[in-house]
Amino acid sequence: MTGRVVVAGASMGGLRAAEQLRAAGWTGAITVVGDEPHMPYNRPPLSKEVLAGKAPFASLAFTPKAATADVEWRLGTRVVASRLAERTVALDDGSELPYDGLVVATGMRPRRLRCPGPLAGRHTVRTIADARELRDELTRPAARVVVVGAGFIGCEVAATAVGLGVREVTVVDPLPLPMVGPLGDLLGRALLRRHEQRGVRFALGTGVAGFEGEERVTGVVLSDGTVLPADVVVESVGSVANTEWLDGNGLDLTDGVLTDEQLRVGGRPEVVAVGDVARFPNARYDGVSRRVEHWSIPTDTAKHAARTLAAHLAGGRPDPAPFAPLPTFWSDQHDFRLQSFGAPVLGLDDVRVLDGDPAGDVLVGYHVDGRLVGVVALGGHGAAMGAARCRAQLLKQPALTA
Amino acid sequence: MKVVVDMNKCQDHGQCVFAAPDVFSMDDDGHLVHVSDPDDTLRDEVEEAADVCPLQAIRIEG
Ligand SMILES: Cc1cc2nc3c(=O)[nH]c(=O)nc-3n(C[C@H](O)[C@H](O)[C@H](O)COP(=O)(O)OP(=O)(O)OC[C@H]3O[C@@H](n4cnc5c(N)ncnc54)[C@H](O)[C@@H]3O)c2cc1C
Repeated sequence: MTGRVVVAGASMGGLRAAEQLRAAGWTGAITVVGDEPHMPYNRPPLSKEVLAGKAPFASLAFTPKAATADVEWRLGTRVVASRLAERTVALDDGSELPYDGLVVATGMRPRRLRCPGPLAGRHTVRTIADARELRDELTRPAARVVVVGAGFIGCEVAATAVGLGVREVTVVDPLPLPMVGPLGDLLGRALLRRHEQRGVRFALGTGVAGFEGEERVTGVVLSDGTVLPADVVVESVGSVANTEWLDGNGLDLTDGVLTDEQLRVGGRPEVVAVGDVARFPNARYDGVSRRVEHWSIPTDTAKHAARTLAAHLAGGRPDPAPFAPLPTFWSDQHDFRLQSFGAPVLGLDDVRVLDGDPAGDVLVGYHVDGRLVGVVALGGHGAAMGAARCRAQLLKQPALTA
Repeated sequence: MKVVVDMNKCQDHGQCVFAAPDVFSMDDDGHLVHVSDPDDTLRDEVEEAADVCPLQAIRIEG
């Protein structure tokens, strides 16, 4: 096989795409272009073990597979533009890279707060560099930390900071409960109680109006006028897709890059998308295209997308079975774990305790028309085992549209 | 094929058990146990298990 596949983005999605292209029989050239200076590394520990000082950078590396030994890695290099009609991408070193197949794997970057005040002392957590800088700040004596955003990363960072001995950790969010958007009230309340019991404070139902300080942040001004003193601020207010390099090709880039059910982009058989940046319909559910920012998704999407692309490049047709992954995520906070299978967010109107009770270990089910669409376990190992048992049931469910 | 699990890294997520139930399982206390020299016909399963381990604690040798 001759020709070249270019993979834009050298994180987990990019790595898995390269591996899965080889597994799918593509023997031509593969060039992975990534703007970070590192080989792909595992991000979940950045808000947990790495921040806690328990995992050195080397431990985050993915184990190389023999089949990808001849993949060319262009690290520290950014894709700045693309012309899909001509099948080329432009790099920030001024060169143009022609391709026969293209994989979009450029992921997300943290959304930033746009309000007045100094930037110094304000952090996000997406890269190893971010995590190292934040760790240095959290381990300074007397750091008072304000985390803006009570989603997964915000809650993980708050828990890790308390674990590091930071005395004042406050989480701010305009919503009334932590993680209420993806998980709903029942678990939101259970999580609030657990975090408070372990020393995290909350300022909920209020946004951020600005930051105080001259050179460096000294306080966070809330929308109700209250000022929370702060030496360190962590902004964990969602993410923005890295798709600017795809502008000008007539693609739907409203939230990530829209794909079809074979993960093809813009109706082109030679362009596929993987990982956090891909907005795909999941044949398991309702046909609506969504991005899914879970660790399992780069691997799942890469498998399917690589088969789609390899079949096309070999002159054949892709397997007609549509992409239908069972999403799964976990989150470790303090001494407890959240473990989820399925799509809880679709079943927020009908949430039931399946086992245990919210004050202890609990297993929660999410339903649509009485049908289980997702489960989340909160607590120790027993709860996670319960979720694992539900996984089999979720896998067997007919599609929601059926 | 030899399967090596770094037990210092393993946090008992159990994703490997879904991917390769013939090789990985949980004991009664919820801790991971595994077959260290599975048959080569299980290679695809084991590779899948290594890929889905959130801690990247599984290594395949040979
Ligand atoms: C701190 C943190 C903790 C997490 N914890 C969990 C967890 O506990 N459980 C869970 O299920 N999930 C978790 N996740 C989510 C999981 O890590 C992501 O879903 C996964 O990393 C997505 O991989 P990706 O390759 O699609 O995107 P990314 O990892 O975002 O990779 C995209 C890569 O492309 C590069 N890039 C962007 N634009 C360009 C360009 N123009 N040219 C070249 N390169 C470019 C980026 O720099 C980056 O390296 C966590 C994520 C973070 C950030």
